[in-house]
Amino acid sequence: MDFSSFLLMRHELILLTITLLLIIAEIFIPHHKKSNIVHLAIFLFGIHTVLGFLGLAESSLFGGMFRTNEMIHFFKNVLNVGVLILLLQSADWLQEKIVEQQRGTEFFVLLFSSLLGMYFMISAGDFLMFYLGLELSTLPVAALAAFEVSKRISSEAGIKLILSAALASGVSLFGISLLYATTGSIYFNDILEVISVSNLSILGLILFFTGLAFKISLVPFHFWTADVYEGAPISIASYLSVISKGAAVFILMILLFTVFKPLMFVWENMVYVIAIATMFIGNLFALRQQNMKRFLAFSSVAQAGFILLGIITGDQLGLATVVYFVLVYVFSNLAAFGVVQAISLQTGKENRNDYEGLYRTNPKLSLVMMLALFSLAGIPPVAGFFGKFFLFTAAASKGYYLLVFLAVVNVTISLYYYLLVIRAMFLRKSENAIPFFNSKLYMRIGLILTVLGILTLGLYSPLYEYIFELSSNLM
Amino acid sequence: MDILSLFLIVPIVTILALVFAKDLKQSRLISMVGSIFQLGMAINLVFAYFKERAVNDSIMVFTKDLIWYESFNIHYAIGVDGISVALLLLTAIVVLAGVFISWKMDDLPKEFFISLLVLATGVYGFFISLDLFTMFVFFEIAVIPMYLLIGIWGTGPKEYSAMKLTLMLMGASAVLLVGILGIYFNSNADGGPLTFNILEIAQVNIPFEAQKLFFPLTFIGFAVLGALFPFHTWSPDGHASAPTAVSMLHAGVLMKLGGYGVFRVAMFLLPQGAVDWSWFFIILSATGVIYGAFGALKQTDLKYINAYSSVSHLGLVLFALLMLNKTAWNGAILQSLSHGFMTALFFALIGMIYGRTHTRDITKLGGLLKVIPFISVVYVIAGLASLGLPGFSGFVAEMNIFVGAFQHEEMFYRIATIVSVSAIVVTAVYILRVVGIMLMGPVKNEAFLQLEKVTWFEKTGILLLLIPIVGMGVAPLWLSDMILESIQPFIQGVL
Repeated sequence: MDFSSFLLMRHELILLTITLLLIIAEIFIPHHKKSNIVHLAIFLFGIHTVLGFLGLAESSLFGGMFRTNEMIHFFKNVLNVGVLILLLQSADWLQEKIVEQQRGTEFFVLLFSSLLGMYFMISAGDFLMFYLGLELSTLPVAALAAFEVSKRISSEAGIKLILSAALASGVSLFGISLLYATTGSIYFNDILEVISVSNLSILGLILFFTGLAFKISLVPFHFWTADVYEGAPISIASYLSVISKGAAVFILMILLFTVFKPLMFVWENMVYVIAIATMFIGNLFALRQQNMKRFLAFSSVAQAGFILLGIITGDQLGLATVVYFVLVYVFSNLAAFGVVQAISLQTGKENRNDYEGLYRTNPKLSLVMMLALFSLAGIPPVAGFFGKFFLFTAAASKGYYLLVFLAVVNVTISLYYYLLVIRAMFLRKSENAIPFFNSKLYMRIGLILTVLGILTLGLYSPLYEYIFELSSNLM
Repeated sequence: MDILSLFLIVPIVTILALVFAKDLKQSRLISMVGSIFQLGMAINLVFAYFKERAVNDSIMVFTKDLIWYESFNIHYAIGVDGISVALLLLTAIVVLAGVFISWKMDDLPKEFFISLLVLATGVYGFFISLDLFTMFVFFEIAVIPMYLLIGIWGTGPKEYSAMKLTLMLMGASAVLLVGILGIYFNSNADGGPLTFNILEIAQVNIPFEAQKLFFPLTFIGFAVLGALFPFHTWSPDGHASAPTAVSMLHAGVLMKLGGYGVFRVAMFLLPQGAVDWSWFFIILSATGVIYGAFGALKQTDLKYINAYSSVSHLGLVLFALLMLNKTAWNGAILQSLSHGFMTALFFALIGMIYGRTHTRDITKLGGLLKVIPFISVVYVIAGLASLGLPGFSGFVAEMNIFVGAFQHEEMFYRIATIVSVSAIVVTAVYILRVVGIMLMGPVKNEAFLQLEKVTWFEKTGILLLLIPIVGMGVAPLWLSDMILESIQPFIQGVL
């Protein structure tokens, strides 16, 4: 057997090795230096992220169960960068709260297993691998959501997440079995050739879609989002909203564009309706949120609605714009969550009112937050503007002008609540504003990386062109 | 470095320098140097333009084109004609005057000047752009700093006003985005590639159905910024709450983006749509002209008076643009310039009066001519210019507008024109009313007798704005020629 073909699974193998290394390392790290595990994990994951940028050939393994190509490879790198930033941002929280309880290694093992699941999910070549990846990516996160054992609200989040995830994956599995019933195969390539329009296959598509819609928190499957985000530790909320959502969007898009292409006339309408519902409900609920985590939860529901505008096109332009938007969204949302994390760790405050007068005491942190919110709201010249503009362009290219119009109405609504946070930070003066504090090194690096991303991703065009080229190879 | 890109680079460099400024003194010095440099460049551009125009008769001169996003065919494409040159000069003058007027900004001075210059960068970028995408980018860059400028440094119900203004303008820009995308995806109607370039799209015959659909979106998107009735409501509140320099910049420059965008994008690219829809928007803009004038008549707050007067005057710009002929368009551009200088001057004076008397309510003021003669005299001059007295810029502009509007022989246009002309009378009433109550008569409040003298930087700011108003009124021809020449290629599409 030729082991070199295993190198196609480089991402997966390295991550698995890191996970195992951390378990072994824990044994050898002396008791009073337990926080070293955090440094080690970040260091190893950093190397992994850098190695990921080495080129990779396009191929498949295990008789087509596992496949990889440049686009998938690129997307894994996006996830890696996101997780790296997330680790940097949560390093302080881990050192202060988690390592003391002897659970630092657990955190990394669970997080990396989940990421491993996502790798497998987006590299899947058949529904079996896809399903395994989906489960592996979800179950550890449920444990992580309940990680702050001392908080009841955290356990609640864990239970909510696992119940809704179990339901979702069950429904999805049912859809997959219906598809198997109609086509007689679980391999994407085979299904693509034989799938035909029938009631059974349409039902299969809808049920399958539902499962992923839970993960992306599209309306009406978004109910878990706000509660879980609020209860879970901030880094996990951040992980759910950025990494988990991004991976699910990617695989959903790939499957809709390839396997379900013959059923496009069905899912087109579905996506159309869900996009409108998701944007409006996400935005309207976000208006009234006081808690920053709940606020970001609904904002991320709304952002998922915008993503559907790219998916609805079903062509290369849609694919490229969605991947680009997800990339931008990763940086913007991580920046916002990073600031919330920094403030929460320092003061325990998580409400919008607590942010009043923040600019006068912590100008740098407020500026990061402002950039992040501008990027989420889609205001030039930061990256979010380009992401949204291109998504809308993609939808308009298929003549969905009404949908684009409704989307821009939503952009205006969303601007209102993003400005509310900016109002609190910049416009208000407060007696008990959060006092000045210095963030630790890891947090700083984490925030600076996101800011660099927000500022450069849009103005520097070759990146989008690269994604566009990759997507042309895929379609 | 080409002459136009400098208009973006200089403000950006100024902003970067401001980041390192420590206190008010350094901030205002840096801003002043940057703005003076900018004004020098604008003046230089006028001369360079005349020189270039003598040898180059393409629509736009000093053009430059760099590819930005290749797959969307988005370019960094810049170029100017007589209209944009004049507006760039207006911007440079108002920005510098604004810096002088904000000489004593003590709360967060650095942030104030940075926001002000970000706004200016957006405006400069907008006026030189030839690419719809970059134009849209600069449009939004110009609008968003307003939120902080009004919200942090404003007075009165500033949070409400800032939010209202930002949401209405960004909402408008969102509508505009749909219009721009519609234009973009119809730019291949003649078989060419999709493009955002204005000059290239102008060569394409966009199908009539698409023009009819996207003209109102594009028009409204821009015209909200030009205070189109009934979308003008952000303007009085916004102006009243904004700090002086911001009111100046906003009414003087930012609102001009609306008329300019309507002219450059909506009318140039969708001429048949413009013809088809003009009746509807003429009704709206004529209503705005009248409504603004009567609104100003009823107000007692100086800033509200001036804000409603802006609604009226800028309604006239849109009205003239919709008349779709050369004379009226010339009037529209002249009105934009004239209003820009005039209203900036008004707001500067109001800021100075408010800074001294701490009230903007005209019923509480009186006899100011005796205590602050400089401000009062200039106020009278600005008022006379505003009501269209010959010898000042307002007369030249309004004359052209109404002569152009009257060239249409249909009954509808005649009535609309007569209605709009009548607003001039109302304008005279509300201007003279303010002058009478506020400047003449006995000094109402004894505290006013010890008002602070006008300082040199305030005088400089005022003179900067006053000179063009008189200059345009006395010698309008060189400007008018420059504009007429540039209108020529645009009018051909409509006729």
